[in-house]
Amino acid sequence: MSLLAIVLLAAGTYAFRLVGPVFQHRLQIPDRMQRLLSVAAVVLLVALVATAALTEGHGFAGWARPSGVLVGGVLAIRRAPFPLVVIAAAATTAVLRLCGVP
Amino acid sequence: MFILMDMYSLWRTLDRDTRRDIALVCLADAIVGASFGAIAVSGGMRPWVPVVMSLLIFAGGAQFAAVGVVLAGGSPVAAVVAGLVLNARLLPFGFTVADVLDGRWWTRLLGAHVMIDESVAFALRQRDRQRRRAAFWACGLGLFVVWNLAVVLGALAGGVIGDTGALGLDAAFPTVLLALVLPSLTGRGTRNAALLGAVVAVAATPFLPAGLPVLLALAGLVLAGRSATATETTATETTASETTASETTSTTQTGSTREAH
Repeated sequence: MSLLAIVLLAAGTYAFRLVGPVFQHRLQIPDRMQRLLSVAAVVLLVALVATAALTEGHGFAGWARPSGVLVGGVLAIRRAPFPLVVIAAAATTAVLRLCGVP
Repeated sequence: MFILMDMYSLWRTLDRDTRRDIALVCLADAIVGASFGAIAVSGGMRPWVPVVMSLLIFAGGAQFAAVGVVLAGGSPVAAVVAGLVLNARLLPFGFTVADVLDGRWWTRLLGAHVMIDESVAFALRQRDRQRRRAAFWACGLGLFVVWNLAVVLGALAGGVIGDTGALGLDAAFPTVLLALVLPSLTGRGTRNAALLGAVVAVAATPFLPAGLPVLLALAGLVLAGRSATATETTATETTASETTASETTSTTQTGSTREAH
């Protein structure tokens, strides 16, 4: 990862962040659109969770990682504290791999 | 000095539960940040790479995606594109929290940089604009400090840890995102849209360059659009189903925030 690539990604990312705060008064977004945009953000995040949990490169990531994420998800639904959720997920994945699950 | 006092009063504005939750999210993200640094360095990158990425990009998803592409042997161009595609979601976020980023131009510039999933999620959970503002800044600034420190520590440890996979560190990032997004999945329309989107993204992963499948997930919005129309109809028919009630409440909340703004 070259410095140029990092700077390009950073500049583009910052541009995305700045559009809303800068144009909020000039671009009036209707309520319906606003609602759709917040649903869009949730859809993207869930898709990111699914691909990051299930895939590696262009293939299946193996069972250990999604199992860990599942354990974390169940704990999160039961309102366990965030750090516990993350540690339990990593530990589950680690233990499964120790047992030979890919 | 003014900034420090301002920060203190912002922190005081938040109720105890929110403060605790923000601190816990910072702690959880510290683990994710450390895992990012460790995964990058143990994969063969120089230690400054994850550190500079975290300071300048400051978006965990894009950082993981870009490093993943490069470590898998992809080109830097593909890595940049994958990261940008993922971060395109920050654009709608910007409009969602624009009302908390008012005031002087430099606070707006700084606030934009700490606009991430976590700070936006915390802002959206607050009742009024004052609290939205406080939650956004407390979470955004807190995470910026914690995330970058953790990445430095992880990068240093990455040289020592040979195999980050054995520690299950790759499960940390999707788990934090999942825990963050779960409270937003209450409405049936949102849930269906997200589910369809996730299926589309995973199904497309074998065939498309990294980063694109996640964007394809927006196809799931077709369901959200349809259910939104359905809600409007049921609302006029005054059906008192639970889903309709909760969705109406959220609409009313958006309405009141807009008036305040």
